[in-house]
Amino acid sequence: MSIEVLLFIIFNGLLYGMFLFMLSSGLTLIFGMMGILNFAHASFFMIGAYLGYQISLYSNFWIAIVLAPIIVGYIGALVEKYGLRNIHKYGHIAELLFTFGLFYIIEEIVQMVWGKSPVPYKVPELLNFPLIQISGMAYPAYSMFRLVLSVLIFLAIYKVLSKTKTGLIIKASLTNPEMVAALGHNVPRVFSNVFGFGCGLAGLAGVMAGNVIGTEPSMALLLGPIVFVVVVTGGLGSIKGALVASIIIGMIQTAAVSLELNLNNAFKYLGYNIDINSTLNHFTSITISQLSPIVPYLLLIIVLIARPRGLFGKRDV
Amino acid sequence: MFNILKSYKLIFYFFLLIILFFLPVLFSSSFILTLFCKMGVLVIFSVAYNMLLGQTGLLSFGHAIYFGLAGYASIHFLSGINNNYLPSMPIVVLPFVGAFIGLILGVLIGYLSTKRIGTAFAMISLGFCELVTALTLIFVVFFNGEDGIQADRVTGNEFFGLTYGPQNEVYYLILFWCIVAVGIMYLLTKTPFGRMCNAVRDNQQRAEFVGYDVRKIRWMAFSLSAMFAGAAGSLHAINYEHIGFESVSLVQSGMVLFMAYIGGIGNFLGPILGAVSLTYLDTMLSDITEAWVLYYGIIFVLVIAFAPQGIAGLILMHEPIVRINPSLLKKLMFPYLVFLSSILLLVIGFTTLIELVHSLKSNHSHLIVYWIKISNANFFIWIISVLLGISGIIACRKSYYQTKESWNEVIEKIKLSLVK
Repeated sequence: MSIEVLLFIIFNGLLYGMFLFMLSSGLTLIFGMMGILNFAHASFFMIGAYLGYQISLYSNFWIAIVLAPIIVGYIGALVEKYGLRNIHKYGHIAELLFTFGLFYIIEEIVQMVWGKSPVPYKVPELLNFPLIQISGMAYPAYSMFRLVLSVLIFLAIYKVLSKTKTGLIIKASLTNPEMVAALGHNVPRVFSNVFGFGCGLAGLAGVMAGNVIGTEPSMALLLGPIVFVVVVTGGLGSIKGALVASIIIGMIQTAAVSLELNLNNAFKYLGYNIDINSTLNHFTSITISQLSPIVPYLLLIIVLIARPRGLFGKRDV
Repeated sequence: MFNILKSYKLIFYFFLLIILFFLPVLFSSSFILTLFCKMGVLVIFSVAYNMLLGQTGLLSFGHAIYFGLAGYASIHFLSGINNNYLPSMPIVVLPFVGAFIGLILGVLIGYLSTKRIGTAFAMISLGFCELVTALTLIFVVFFNGEDGIQADRVTGNEFFGLTYGPQNEVYYLILFWCIVAVGIMYLLTKTPFGRMCNAVRDNQQRAEFVGYDVRKIRWMAFSLSAMFAGAAGSLHAINYEHIGFESVSLVQSGMVLFMAYIGGIGNFLGPILGAVSLTYLDTMLSDITEAWVLYYGIIFVLVIAFAPQGIAGLILMHEPIVRINPSLLKKLMFPYLVFLSSILLLVIGFTTLIELVHSLKSNHSHLIVYWIKISNANFFIWIISVLLGISGIIACRKSYYQTKESWNEVIEKIKLSLVK
């Protein structure tokens, strides 16, 4: 493997990984704190992307990046307050099912308002120029901006959770909600705020990524399961775990996509040649890059079966 | 008293069977027959699914794997018979092939996933679902990518002169398998194994304490459920003579989850009710409106929030009243009528609004809602539908509490008469 391919994998893996982190860090908090595996988390991401498009149509991208996550956060908090809180008494499975239904509803509403085809959500002109060149690939300033912003957001969440009193209360409600309530804190409101904040983070990821990966109604379905992979692999409620898991998954995915190797190559190396017209060739000619979509799900299954607490989690899922 | 109810039930099932048998005579149009066939297949599938969700308490997002892969295997089997490299056999035994594939997959995947319960189990099943969906698109030679595969079902030995060319012969095939499979699954709930499934669902620790290996029971339930799902998938393939990657996907898994849950997972009849009513709605609504998935989602969310026992649960709630003092049902009539009419108000208001918003995206400015032609340019219509919706919400809230009050009164009376 040449150094150029390696650089490509590291850099693109980092970009993709930080995007995954932005997308799923909110759910890590929600899942860790309330035990709700929000199936509709990627739907909030999608709402963020569409709102980002709509607001930047009327004003500009910089207003959208501030306003859209706040709106998405409020929508999330409302969903928690009027929906999930009433269902809490039926248990976590009912909550999971509720968000599953919500996922369908949001997708349909988005289709109803913005149509079934992708909307032309563009990268802001100000940042749409090649900034650096790595091994022949030009990276626009916008992807640098995304990278820097997501690192800053990680640092901010990490600092808030570990250094401030708010973080202390959140972490305490994560492990021992009854005790926190007994000390006079409004735990349902903390839950509502965390849920809203998590959805807002997903919305921010949507505003930042919608113009790169394409804003269309199926984006929630495509990204939804990957969010779970990050959350489960990172560990319950661990923001650090989410970061490490995102980067690992980003690197593995990028590496798998860029490897055009298959079993035929391996057999050739060992001295066998597979007949191109044989049935066996259908299986041995599948390259690693073709198999790359299954990598995250394989990881999800393995982690859940072998180590349900993930990388940095303190409890099992 | 109870015996009378039981004999009523028997008479009801007897008549149901007769009606089911003569349906193709009553409705000869192929459209309706295809609908009935689809219902039959989905009844088996959702009852099998509920064996896992309702009886054993395991939520799976990946049950379409067994349904879909058994369908793929059946189509390959059919084309194998067509091309003479498999021995010829009557089509009526093809669901055995599907059931076998489902069982094998269920044993394998079940072994891995039943190590966990609750949310972790649900996530594992989701992972397997996405994995298999991705694989169907990768292994083109077996699955033929997004196009799927097809085969001719008119093949094999003519079993008592049945060619399975005409749709009504397929209807009887599906009806036969439906009765057999649902019957076996019903009997399974009455066996000690079925009871232990319920015990594992309700209290794992106590089941363990009695001396059962809870994981083994979950594994068995999982495998059996996958087996029946496989039989359903095989019938699905025979019915359409085609299967595509969407039948292993999360969409199909979500569909069966909706059916079982809306019908009611707490009762054996629930999934049957859910499958029949939702398949009907699905076919009818998808002709009338484009937003039917939205209605689906809303119904599902409302059922979770307000009637977690589903339609069957709502109906069977009245069983003690019918058994002990049926005259009390009269007291409930009026509040129910008020509540239902306020729901109707709400439904008319909101569906009109949704259809209006939907029509903005299309080129037509006129649309037909509830047999009335309206224009989305008419501002007045928008106001009316919003007002209808809001008044529906208010009416629902009010009548909901009143209905609850009279329900509690009736239940109190029932309890009193029981004490006496």
